[in-house]
Amino acid sequence: MTFNGWLQIILYSLVILSVTKPLGIFMFRVFEGDRQPLQRFFGPIERLMYRLCGVDPSSEQSWQQYSWALLAFSAFGVLVTYAIERLQHVLPFNPQGLGPVAPDLAFNTAASFTTNTNWQAYSGESTMSYLTQMAGLAWHNFTSAAAGIGVALAISRGLTRRLRPEDPRTIGNFWVDVIRSIVYVLLPICIPLALVLVACGLIQNFAPYVELTTIEGVKQTLAMGPVASQEVIKELGTNGGGFFNANSAHPFESPTPLTNFIEMVLIFAIPAGLTYTFGRMARDQKQGWTLFAAMAVLFLVGVGVAYWAEAGGNPVVNRLAVDQAAGNMEGKEVRFGITNSALFATITTDASCGAVIAMHDSFTPLGGLVPLVNIQLGEVIFGGVGAGMYGILIFALLAVFIAGLMVGRTPEYLGKKIEQREVKLAVFYILIFPAIILGFSGWASVAPYATSSLNNDGPHGLSEILYAFSSGAGNNGSAFAGLNANTLWWNTLLGITMLGGRFLMIVPVLAIAGSLVGKKVVPPSLGTFPTDGVLYVALLVGVVVIVGALTFFPALSLGPIVEHFLARNGKLF
Amino acid sequence: MWKEVIVALRVTVVTLLLTGIAYPVAVTGLAQMLFGAQANGSLVLNEQGRVIGSELIGQSFSNPAYFWSRPSAAGDNGYDATASGGSNLGATSKKLHDRIATEVARLQENNPLAKEPVPIELVTTSASGLDPHLSPAAALWQVPRVAAARGLAPERVRRTVESLIEGRDIGLLGEPRVNVLHLNLALDRQFGRVQATASGG
Repeated sequence: MTFNGWLQIILYSLVILSVTKPLGIFMFRVFEGDRQPLQRFFGPIERLMYRLCGVDPSSEQSWQQYSWALLAFSAFGVLVTYAIERLQHVLPFNPQGLGPVAPDLAFNTAASFTTNTNWQAYSGESTMSYLTQMAGLAWHNFTSAAAGIGVALAISRGLTRRLRPEDPRTIGNFWVDVIRSIVYVLLPICIPLALVLVACGLIQNFAPYVELTTIEGVKQTLAMGPVASQEVIKELGTNGGGFFNANSAHPFESPTPLTNFIEMVLIFAIPAGLTYTFGRMARDQKQGWTLFAAMAVLFLVGVGVAYWAEAGGNPVVNRLAVDQAAGNMEGKEVRFGITNSALFATITTDASCGAVIAMHDSFTPLGGLVPLVNIQLGEVIFGGVGAGMYGILIFALLAVFIAGLMVGRTPEYLGKKIEQREVKLAVFYILIFPAIILGFSGWASVAPYATSSLNNDGPHGLSEILYAFSSGAGNNGSAFAGLNANTLWWNTLLGITMLGGRFLMIVPVLAIAGSLVGKKVVPPSLGTFPTDGVLYVALLVGVVVIVGALTFFPALSLGPIVEHFLARNGKLF
Repeated sequence: MWKEVIVALRVTVVTLLLTGIAYPVAVTGLAQMLFGAQANGSLVLNEQGRVIGSELIGQSFSNPAYFWSRPSAAGDNGYDATASGGSNLGATSKKLHDRIATEVARLQENNPLAKEPVPIELVTTSASGLDPHLSPAAALWQVPRVAAARGLAPERVRRTVESLIEGRDIGLLGEPRVNVLHLNLALDRQFGRVQATASGG
């Protein structure tokens, strides 16, 4: 670990801290303001989209209608992307003449991008045409992020709205939230930043691949494509699906440390900003900063552990005549080095992004434990766009419930009583996640047709399985990528995992929103447990860690933890 | 309820056209207009105007008079820019250990004048398999071999390497590095081209 390394981490943290408020206020005005910002420019586009789509922006939806709209939209998303993949050979923007994507892989990929996972069982440069990348995949980078923002807004409205008894119990309009996300937030950030990234070296073209001969006479073919436009939204929407197989480690996706820094800021920007938006909606900015603080604590711990582990190098290699001063450089790029690789791995799994600049599979056991645990904690450390916000709010409800049990009072959050129905739904949300991961991982680890895909033996093989299902259910999309996931079984199971991890969790969140929105607001009293301040931050961090740790510790101890001790003793598999 | 399905279909079509087609096409148009060279891959041409590489994409070099890139897991022979990726071997992988051991032995055999232990970057594959850079340490370690192969004093080659070390971005971000293709082209410019016959094994 170096002084410069820590400086880079501190600089990054300060930049995120400083974008939180302006972006949070901006998003509050976009989604909750009476008049949207930059109305003169974006207003006509917004209204045109409402007209083309047949949306009445003044109408609102109940939680059931909101869920139905989201599910219907997502179903079309899966179908359209599946169709584009299967038909890409007869569609335009395919200069390499790539053939149709196989049915199981096409299903897996359609589910993956619709659910904001961006798990990639394929290698982009040899499988997907430019049209599939743009219209089949990057389109979802916008819409799935917008849908996530919508769900976060819906539960925030449920918690913060003060309705009169005669008011309808509505939580917003899904279509308005999606369209405003795209028109006011996502596109206006993406267009200029895509050009900045091109200026720094990202490619952006529709050309066929470039054939060349090097000065030593070696033939090389350079994959091309519209990369920059996809790269920006892939990070900003915490999607993570790389244009190329190597994702953001590929020099055409991130050629310099500066592009890497921009991409890292993009990942956390909206999730951090939403905590401020939430504070604004709650009319109490401290509520937002409290959530931010809990996330920041968990983020910094994760970065610290990953950085320390990777900087220490691989103990098994130390007995060879190598100088490991640079740290564990297997699967890492020179321009990024250890600091950025560890930082990026933590960010991408705190958020449900899943982009990578280094191969997590080749991290040291403890360095690889950090991304895995980040995902298993539910990706609430800033989290996915929207998904992190609604995730941490579920934990916030659980935290007041647990505090309520301890002091013997009905728990309240923002003045709304948290009762049986909300707690049941929250527990369903919490339990469905490990049920999918551990259930399917158990199946995979005893089935020869599943284990034959492993790239590593010993405990690391189990880590590859655990990581795959955690990444799928958490809608992350990063991988211990040695696992060959492009088989019928893996494509199918992971496709189901991703759909379950998205929609079986979103619907309970919306149900909670619907059940909270009509509740009376009880004025705070002496017995009210305060949901701001240091004590609550500690409680919230504790609940997140304990729920995650109790659930996954047994599995983790058989994977990365035991591998750590074996590696120290030089055991090889 | 079915009215919502029609709305869903219309939003699907409209957002697809806006974000899936219009956005990337517009960005491509602007990028080609403003930053054509970068948008098309930062290609490097030789005197005859033929493409000999991209400054961003690593290549393999095996001639002892050139600096060698890191090992690569992209494609069967490495540095396949249509098959980017890493080895994905974990810390306790025997395959990884043996591969590094073999690589160390190969480098020591080909660099008898290099006395220090091999910098780890030179025996590990990158994440993309297309890493265009070496760390300064990994480049400097190869100086005795390159100088001997070109019949030069090591000091002159070292100066070329040092002149091409790129610092951290804005003095802070990332790591110092040397672009291998730039370095080898600079050697050819300064000290004359090498014949592409020798092989470093």
